Amino acid sequence: MGTTFESWGRHPTVEPSTVVDLAWTQDLNLRGVQAPVLAYGKGRSYGDVCLNAQGTIVSMDRCTRIREFDRERGIITAEAGLSIQELLRVIVPHGWFVPVTPGTKYVTLGGAVANDVHGKNHHRVGTFGCHVTAFTLVRTDGTVMDCSPQHHAEMFAATIGGLGLTGIIATVTLQLIPIASRMIDEESIKSRSLRETIDLTISSDEDWDYTVSWIDVLASGAKLGKGLVLRGNFSAVADGTLRAPWKEPLLKIPLEGPSWLLSKPTIALFNTVWYGKQFASMHRRHIDLEPFFYPLDAVDRWNLLYGKRGMLQYQCVVPLEGGEDAMRRILSTMQGGGISSFLAVLKMFGNVASPGMMSFPRPGLTLTLDMPIGGKRMFDALDRCDAIVHEMGGRIYPAKDARVQGSMFRAMYAQELAAFQPYIDPGMSSSFWRRVTQE
Amino acid sequence: MATQECTRIVIIGATSAIAQEVAKLYAVQGARLFCVARDEQKVIAVASDLRARGAEEVSVYVADLRARDVHADIVARSQSVLGTIDCVIIAHGVLPDQHVLDHDVDATIESFMINAVSVISISHRYAEVLEQQGSGSLVGISSVAGERGRASNYAYGAAKAAMTAYYSGLTVRLRPAGVHVLTVKPGPVDTPMTKGIKMPLMVPPRAVAADIVRAVSRRAIVLYTPGVWRFIMALVRAIPDKLFVKLTKF
Repeated sequence: MGTTFESWGRHPTVEPSTVVDLAWTQDLNLRGVQAPVLAYGKGRSYGDVCLNAQGTIVSMDRCTRIREFDRERGIITAEAGLSIQELLRVIVPHGWFVPVTPGTKYVTLGGAVANDVHGKNHHRVGTFGCHVTAFTLVRTDGTVMDCSPQHHAEMFAATIGGLGLTGIIATVTLQLIPIASRMIDEESIKSRSLRETIDLTISSDEDWDYTVSWIDVLASGAKLGKGLVLRGNFSAVADGTLRAPWKEPLLKIPLEGPSWLLSKPTIALFNTVWYGKQFASMHRRHIDLEPFFYPLDAVDRWNLLYGKRGMLQYQCVVPLEGGEDAMRRILSTMQGGGISSFLAVLKMFGNVASPGMMSFPRPGLTLTLDMPIGGKRMFDALDRCDAIVHEMGGRIYPAKDARVQGSMFRAMYAQELAAFQPYIDPGMSSSFWRRVTQE
Repeated sequence: MATQECTRIVIIGATSAIAQEVAKLYAVQGARLFCVARDEQKVIAVASDLRARGAEEVSVYVADLRARDVHADIVARSQSVLGTIDCVIIAHGVLPDQHVLDHDVDATIESFMINAVSVISISHRYAEVLEQQGSGSLVGISSVAGERGRASNYAYGAAKAAMTAYYSGLTVRLRPAGVHVLTVKPGPVDTPMTKGIKMPLMVPPRAVAADIVRAVSRRAIVLYTPGVWRFIMALVRAIPDKLFVKLTKF
């Protein structure tokens, strides 16, 4: 029995034939390794983009060295296995922050490039890839390519959002953003309908760097899409917090939860309490960057709460034009399919284009839901959601996917796929890629 | 004994996983480090990492420690770079495949030369330096494997037993001079050295490193890391020989 690998959704779980436990990027040599190959970081994507059943997994976990940190200009080069968590410990005390961060700090730089991750500030600064100035790519034939917008520009574009299929990302160079404080000025506003949530998002995006909305998925009818619109800016006051100590997770989930723990009644209860805990129409807070950006990281291994069955995450984007109607249809389809989501998040993507060929974000509304794995009824409902998204000219996010039909994925990314195909390393593949291109 | 700050540090075997983690912890505090390792490219990568994390200065010395004639030069160079030395960490070593060594006497002796003889040669020279300074810590990373020879790794265990006994004596000898000696006995650590070996209670190198830094500041004499190994090894040592020889899988 070999080692099993899983992603954050814990579905599917696969067994690669070979695991290369890479200690040094200098030793990266894929010739003679059983194809197909895929790099694996922290396994924080949700579906199977980071998995490679019956292939070779190159574990990047030990490759966390920083090559260079220019403290004056805020430029850092590090090995691709370095996590945002560890990076922040190095850069924040010097007044720098990552330009883009997903909702967990336990992602590697390589994973952030390969999935071209986005954050609450997409409407301002675009994706992670917009701030990557260079990276080193090692192909399975032994070629080492130093890629940047100037050098191997096509390979640079193919690798950003390229799902790790163009080679192994060995090092990443990133332009950071300056901060004066660790603290965030946050406002949380109650919205009573989808229309209001969207309007508040649009108006907030003008003055706030970070915006996101939490949606009560169980509300229906006129209240469908009600929730809390969160917006925040880094405090501009140099308050001396940059060197404050980091906190460890408050709680560590030791083992799989029982299936009733996150089931329809408990999720309904959570959603009601979450929405209801704020009585005022607006609530202001001055909070640390960790609870603001990474609230779920406070509970280590929270994915175990979903129990043995695991969970799915569904994220799509549709253009703003007609987007409200699409969101309404998607949310009702989910409700009709018996899907109850612990967390549903709505965000507006802006116009900053990513250099990445296969990059997921497009201008418009993006909706994210996570849900315990259910039966055929759930999967059928998600297929219907895909159809709505595709009809609107939208697409779904590979980093979150474990179930999209191959033909649907190919239709959503038809143009991008044609451009991307030539840059794929013939010695590389993933469980996701085989699923969406062969099935 | 009061704790003292550790800012000028020599690390022998600086590319080992445990050494890298220890060095990172000191780098964050702004330490000056003198790093010795065999692979030039790798030790340079380690040095860059330590500088980025906050080390005030990192010097690199590339040497194959099997050659005993470089040992004196390492000590002299580190002294001239750092001046007074607060801490010397001896972290180099190899974990040979015992199945291969079982039928290869040369390889068995070779592993002993690295894990025991070169360790003693370097430690002995630094002991002189620290004794003359009348200060500093000498930290040797030994192993729980040195407590009782087992069929599965007795060549490695024999070298670590030699190291442990040597460090035990050195601890007593240097104490009157005000020099602190720490023998570190990690259990199985999840490092590239133990690649492919599955063992119970395996811990990440980061956890071992945190224990070492704490033990240095407390001037501990022997550190079992994780601490549970102190009890496990007490039991293992207590197993009567007649029973121990029957534990062939052990």
